Amino acid sequence: MRKFLGTAAVAAVMMAGTAAYAADVKEVQMLHWWTSGGEAAALNVLKEDLSKEGFAWKDVPVAGGGGDAAMTALKAMVAAGTYPTASQMLGYTVLDYAQAGVMGDLTETAKAEGWDKSVPAALQKFSVYDGKWVAAPVNVHSVNWLWINKAVMEKIGGTEPKTFDDLLALLEKAKAAGVIPLALGGQNWQEATMFDSIVLSTGGPEFYKKAFNDLDEESLKSDTMKKSFDNLAKIKEYVDPNFSGRDWNLATAMVIKGDALVQVMGDWAKGEFVAAKKTPDTDFLCYRFPGTDGSVIYNSDMFGMFDVPDDRKAAQVALATATLSKSFQSAFNVVKGSVPARTDVPDTDFDACGKKGIADLKAANEGGTLFGSLAQGYGAPPAVANAYKDVVSKFVHGQIKTSDQAVEELVKAIDDAK
Amino acid sequence: MNTVATPEINVKSERRIGNSIRSRMQDVLPKIVLAPSFAVTVIFVYGFIVWTAYLSFTNSKTFPSYVLTGPRAYQRLWRWTFETDPPSSWYTSITNMGIFGLLYVGICLALGLFLAILLDQKIRGEGLLRPIYLYPMALSFIVTGVAWKWFLDPGLGLEQTLHQWGWTSFHFDWIKNKDFVIYTVVIAGVWQASGFVMAMFLAGLRGIDGEIIKAAQIDGATTWQLYRRIVIPMLRPVFLSAFIVLAHMAIKSYDLVVALTSGGPGGSAWLPSNFMYEYTFKRNEMAVGSASAIIMLMTISAIIVPYLYSELREKAR
Repeated sequence: MRKFLGTAAVAAVMMAGTAAYAADVKEVQMLHWWTSGGEAAALNVLKEDLSKEGFAWKDVPVAGGGGDAAMTALKAMVAAGTYPTASQMLGYTVLDYAQAGVMGDLTETAKAEGWDKSVPAALQKFSVYDGKWVAAPVNVHSVNWLWINKAVMEKIGGTEPKTFDDLLALLEKAKAAGVIPLALGGQNWQEATMFDSIVLSTGGPEFYKKAFNDLDEESLKSDTMKKSFDNLAKIKEYVDPNFSGRDWNLATAMVIKGDALVQVMGDWAKGEFVAAKKTPDTDFLCYRFPGTDGSVIYNSDMFGMFDVPDDRKAAQVALATATLSKSFQSAFNVVKGSVPARTDVPDTDFDACGKKGIADLKAANEGGTLFGSLAQGYGAPPAVANAYKDVVSKFVHGQIKTSDQAVEELVKAIDDAK
Repeated sequence: MNTVATPEINVKSERRIGNSIRSRMQDVLPKIVLAPSFAVTVIFVYGFIVWTAYLSFTNSKTFPSYVLTGPRAYQRLWRWTFETDPPSSWYTSITNMGIFGLLYVGICLALGLFLAILLDQKIRGEGLLRPIYLYPMALSFIVTGVAWKWFLDPGLGLEQTLHQWGWTSFHFDWIKNKDFVIYTVVIAGVWQASGFVMAMFLAGLRGIDGEIIKAAQIDGATTWQLYRRIVIPMLRPVFLSAFIVLAHMAIKSYDLVVALTSGGPGGSAWLPSNFMYEYTFKRNEMAVGSASAIIMLMTISAIIVPYLYSELREKAR
């Protein structure tokens, strides 16, 4: 009897063990910070795709828009050796982890699925490390957009601004009509995101690349950069006094409600318009930041793939394949406001702004005018990007008083952080 | 026990063994029980202090690295200490720490003592008033921060409300102003902690022997003299405890700054704790972050250790 009990116990333990084991293998553990309504709905598409193939989805969500908290949590998980299957990551972070040797290898899947041809080369710089695919790009956001409330635009009799001076004139009109001209959130990344566009508009594509992707010192301290800061000072005049510390979606809400005319923000702002049941060209307008037509400053959400044990590999491959499938790319990006991370996805389901975004991305990819956003972690490593955000923010809030000083500080800060 | 001779040698030796195990257990048991928590403290507090100190001398960036590169991180912090135009983030952090620390501890002590003295006048409804003042302490810094953020926001809170009531010249935008934002952190911090300090002082006041006060009153002391010469000096130990609690709360207040100001315009509300977190986890400059943490630790020890030492020595005498 005793022996029987013992055997039964052992068997029970073993069965429990295998059961837990099986669940683990058939499970995709995913760390991300897509917790807002639209984003969560978009992720559901992926969850359903995976469950059709028999893989369960386990969220490791960490709230907080920019993902700082999530990155801290991820760092702790990796340090402890418990890798999730995949994690949402941005730009240089992927390369950091790849360098630390904790990323998996998806090259086989990539070859079979033809990612090399369909994913823009600029993106591959971040998803391929040392010849190996380590991440699956989910979308491409572009940063150099103007979002305009159409009703307000009509009220003040404005037209699409073609140059930076046009933009200033338009803002002046709005000011005269008693509307807040520019909705800006006074957080350092929002200010720097706007400055990205200003630099591209002021200096042109070559200059942007040299200064913000290659960190060329001559360009950083050039007169063009000074002029960019001057332009930033000019445009800042059109912000309401209460802007400091405002979240980006609150600034977008000001444009949606018609309290403000325009916001300079990446196309995640379109997600807010869509969530508020607004349609492009009837309720709001999307223009490229004046003087940046033809170029795209991008950032991209990627699913970084960790070096999981072999038995969990199948789930990871399924996740990567599903992520880059055309159906998911289309369905997800329609909701998120961004455009697909592969250039061969049909734009039938997208709205006017989305269609323009897809066409622009394709053109920029072919014309070599697709640049990583410094403000969004695609221009340079985090230490440099944050030093840059510091300088821009201090300039906007008056700790740095002149554009000469700003340029000097920028060179020093970037040098320090390199 | 062993001096008593017993005829039955067997029994004696057995009892002795039993006794010695028992007495040894009595010696050892507290140590066994305390050992886990002791080990946990040694590793997770002191061990990690040592580890942080080590990291501050390495070239750690995103992940910890163990390659020693000398005091480079400290040199950078030293250089940043004197960069005032435009102020470096580190300069902003430490000057803010000075302003916040002094005002927060000072105002909390003064206000707490004042409230405690008022409540100590045997007033009616004390049982109701005390928890009302103490209640803010029950809130987390995050909640305090968010509530005050809305209250102080010029477009949303106090200013907007007073404008709607007709006082349109009223102007209060400290939370949006780089030069004043740190004072809004003081306001929120004081609001949260002064009730707690009041409770400590109230307990101290209740502990003072009524005979002494009666004797002083018979000698003709005025209320002012009574408090200044007798009551407040007798509250000295309470001042010590309150100071220690407040000082470390000031040093570690990170969440309040984040929730209330999200760093302030251009990072103007940073405290060293914000600097540490930003550099370690967001800017991937772990060595600099660790160095700033060690400097924070040394600063607080430089203040607290001599104070504790003198207070404890006085007590021992």
